[in-house]
Amino acid sequence: MEDILNAIVLLSNFVIVPGLAYGAQLALGALGVTLIYAVLRFSNFAHGDLMAFGTMAVILVTWTFQSVGISAGPVPTALLALPFGILAAIGISLLFDRSVYKFYRTKKSPPVVFVIASVGVMFMLNGIVRFIIGPGDQNFSDGGRFLIKAREFKEMTGLNEGLAIKTSQGITIIVAFLVMIALFWFLQKSRTGKAMRAYSDNEDLALLSGINPDRVVLYTWIIAAALATIAGTLYGLDKSFKPFTYFQLLLPIFAAAIVGGIGNPLGAIAGGFVIAFSEVTVTYAYKKFLIYLGPEGWAPDGLVQLLSTDYKFAVSFVILVLVLLIRPTGIFKGKVI
Amino acid sequence: MKLPVPAQFAIMGLLLVLVGIFQSWSVALAILNLCLISSVMALGVNIQWGYAGLFNVGIMGFAALGGVGAMLVSVPPVREAWAAGGLQVIGSGLLVLAVIAAVVFARRTLEGRTRSLATVALVAGGYFLVRAVFDPAVDAIEAVDPAKSGFLGGLGLPIIFSWGIGGVFAAGAAWVVGKIALGLRSDYLAIATLGISEIIIAILKNEDWLTRGVKNVSGLPRPVPLEINLIQSPWFTDLSARIGADPVAFAGIFVKLCYAALFTIVLLAILWLSQRALHSPWGRMMRAIRDNRDAAEAMGKDVTKRHLQTFVLGSAVVGIAGAMLVTIDGQFTPGTYNPLRYTFLIWVMVIVGGSGNNYGSVLGGFLIWFLWIQAEPAGLWLMNVLTMPLAEGSALKAHLLQAAPHLRLFLMGLILLLVLRFSPRGLIPEETGRKAA
Amino acid sequence: MKYLTAENMTGGYGGADILHSCTITVEEGEIAVIVGPNGAGKSTAMKAVFGMLPLREGRVTLGGEDITHLTPQDRVRAGMGFVPQTNNVFASMTVQENLEMGAYIREDDFADTMAQVFDLFPILKEKRNQPAGELSGGQRQQVAVGRALMTRPKLLMLDEPTAGVSPIVMDELFDRILEVAATGIAILMVEQNARQALNIADHGFVLVQGQNRFTDTGAALMADPDVRKSFLGG
Ligand SMILES: Nc1ncnc2c1ncn2[C@@H]1O[C@H](COP(=O)(O)OP(=O)(O)OP(=O)(O)O)[C@@H](O)[C@H]1O
Ligand SMILES: [Mg+2]
Repeated sequence: MEDILNAIVLLSNFVIVPGLAYGAQLALGALGVTLIYAVLRFSNFAHGDLMAFGTMAVILVTWTFQSVGISAGPVPTALLALPFGILAAIGISLLFDRSVYKFYRTKKSPPVVFVIASVGVMFMLNGIVRFIIGPGDQNFSDGGRFLIKAREFKEMTGLNEGLAIKTSQGITIIVAFLVMIALFWFLQKSRTGKAMRAYSDNEDLALLSGINPDRVVLYTWIIAAALATIAGTLYGLDKSFKPFTYFQLLLPIFAAAIVGGIGNPLGAIAGGFVIAFSEVTVTYAYKKFLIYLGPEGWAPDGLVQLLSTDYKFAVSFVILVLVLLIRPTGIFKGKVI
Repeated sequence: MKLPVPAQFAIMGLLLVLVGIFQSWSVALAILNLCLISSVMALGVNIQWGYAGLFNVGIMGFAALGGVGAMLVSVPPVREAWAAGGLQVIGSGLLVLAVIAAVVFARRTLEGRTRSLATVALVAGGYFLVRAVFDPAVDAIEAVDPAKSGFLGGLGLPIIFSWGIGGVFAAGAAWVVGKIALGLRSDYLAIATLGISEIIIAILKNEDWLTRGVKNVSGLPRPVPLEINLIQSPWFTDLSARIGADPVAFAGIFVKLCYAALFTIVLLAILWLSQRALHSPWGRMMRAIRDNRDAAEAMGKDVTKRHLQTFVLGSAVVGIAGAMLVTIDGQFTPGTYNPLRYTFLIWVMVIVGGSGNNYGSVLGGFLIWFLWIQAEPAGLWLMNVLTMPLAEGSALKAHLLQAAPHLRLFLMGLILLLVLRFSPRGLIPEETGRKAA
Repeated sequence: MKYLTAENMTGGYGGADILHSCTITVEEGEIAVIVGPNGAGKSTAMKAVFGMLPLREGRVTLGGEDITHLTPQDRVRAGMGFVPQTNNVFASMTVQENLEMGAYIREDDFADTMAQVFDLFPILKEKRNQPAGELSGGQRQQVAVGRALMTRPKLLMLDEPTAGVSPIVMDELFDRILEVAATGIAILMVEQNARQALNIADHGFVLVQGQNRFTDTGAALMADPDVRKSFLGG
């Protein structure tokens, strides 16, 4: 019995809790990608770098706060800085929309032109971020490190295995949950949110109904930029901030959006968790877990790890391909691109 | 008002000459060599994008496959490693094939639930079986003199053969990717190729038994003489004396010229073939498919198959370029592949040069590589000027100066966006109309 | 001058002209029907009236005001409602949300308008929380008409409202349209079922190759042997 409990705690500690946190981060990123796809109808290759830009702004403000002694007690100062980062990300998104995308929208260019333009934006954002904060790793997390420490958990329960929950993980899950609720409320209930859905569903009819496309686009960028900054900040608090890593997050984020059904917000969330849990479960070494569950004195040889962590991209990719082949519209019915 | 094509190339040449005069000829030739390779790569992408409208963002992966081809062809085999685990590695390769064959067989013969169950069982069983053979072999191989080798090595053939092999490697991977992803719409192809290139790099970085991973394989043999041998040969010292050059400096330049000659031959050959293909009935059909897929399909063209052809051909060209790149570097370093440099920069070249035009891709390859290299010193110079008013030793000034090189990413994005906006057909637009020169 | 007067409309989609000096008019409380063979330019004429097609010549007035240069959105504000021939509902949104989107430009409370629409089409009330994409063809047309009514237009334009619905449902829809007209709204519609449409129409316009071929009252057109032979199947 105790062995089984130990096994469960072990799995929670190394698979479930990290998977939940990572899944929430991916889901927030994928929501942004999917909204831009739904309204502006292109895959935004600059989304990873938008995340990096927003997070960078958060980091800079966090450092300022820290240097003048403002802090948020047990939670990271970065949460206080978050609104400023969101504003910065919104600002730059709108700037790029006005100066780049708007032109192609008026011209009704095909989606691939938008994608290529987003590659240009990606380069520029990438350059800006590296220019301002440099290409290296930045750690900006402060406040309490843990909500539950492994040792405390062991003392509390008397089990061999400890369950540690990092503050960043707890915050990620809570913030992501609140943001998702707010987003769904906005999309389902508010007038502007409904207008966004209408525009995404049937652009011509939306125009006939007097929905102002500029306003819809404006809100889409505002929301996508906010989601990107929140996702990036949570990821950075949980792991660390490095511009290149954020650029690379593009792949799992796209995978999440597509697996869930691109253009469908619910799908983006489901996709985020599917991708995250697949990555974590496939790259976890099950040796200890099996020792608990197996007969007394038995141990598997090797780590019992299906894939080394270096191949986590392969996991997103394989799931992506499977979904594309079996169900091209994704788990929830998205648009077929 | 556009400049005629020869004038554009002449200006490009002039830029390189100016670098030769004001910086050094060695720098100018180094840039030239990479320009040549970039042009080949851009040609490959243009075959996919310009001819067929395929949006491939996995260029890095195909270039890296070409690079690993160069490494595997040229380095000598490591006999101890082969003795330690070579057979087992080959054996596990055969096992993988056997498992695949069994799965295919099971799926052909069985039905319903049993079919799914058998598939899962075979894949899972096969996976553990392969790991049981493969893992010990890898450990044994990687234990052989890890500081110097720890991998199987290659064939020990002249590296120049590898350029073709690199192309074949890339083509093979492209065939598999194309089979999976080409039926899908453009955005999916983009994301699938983005994924596959990351996976290829991950494999090259982590399968140490094959590539030494991040420990790199350096000291690859060269297709051109070594500087040190040149300096010691009488004919070379004679030649240097006759043109009045310092033998040591001239040796470096001579070697670069040799590379440039080889690369130019490859570039011209591929350019010639690409032009032939573009103006053949095949090329016309490809463009017809690109411009109106539905109409072409209605006329009975097998669009997916044609796309697969172009995808494989274009990737092969990228693979050749990737092998050439490793050749001139003299080392294979999986850790240095970065999609911005190896995928998206090539895209900038193709778009700026002019999608669908082979000469455009060549010019784009030259110009963008030139700017990519020169933007670094230019950015630094600009920052130096801009930060003049700041006090010497101020932290801001130090930061700005040190960060200046990153501005070149910004510049590339800006160039791409400006061209896309104001000259969407690029520097040398695609030839339209029936008769093209 | 009639409430809607679109005179001498000439223009096309960028290539050759589709409409050649085409004139369409309708009075308040009346029903005008455009009929003609496929490809005659009926939908194009509707789009031209609604400002979705640049006109080279001609002008459109609504209630005496020149609206030739207004955008479609501004024409909605001026009192026009349009139900396109295809894709005329928000398929992923519920019936009620479709109606709300119809009322998007209204700042006032539109609950009573929605109640009126539900009175007109009781089935929509029943299905108010179902996505419009899941409704039958006839129900979807009702959603589309309902959406256009939400702005309380003075001119309602319908492009083949009965396309793809059964004869019974068609009669129902026509009854509803008559009801709407009875409230004083001007109705301009394109119909494939020329016979039934001309039956309820005050005026008919027979369009051929972008030109007015016959224009008369509905009854007169029905009686005209030429019209019967060529356009009403004998
Ligand atoms: N968006 C468009 N772009 C270019 N040409 C168009 C467009 N829509 C219609 N046309 C052309 O305009 C002409 C008239 O089309 P229109 O749709 O107005 O016909 P219609 O009378 O409504 O036919 P139907 O009864 O089939 O609906 C046709 O030749 C058609 O090909
Ligand atoms: Mg029509």
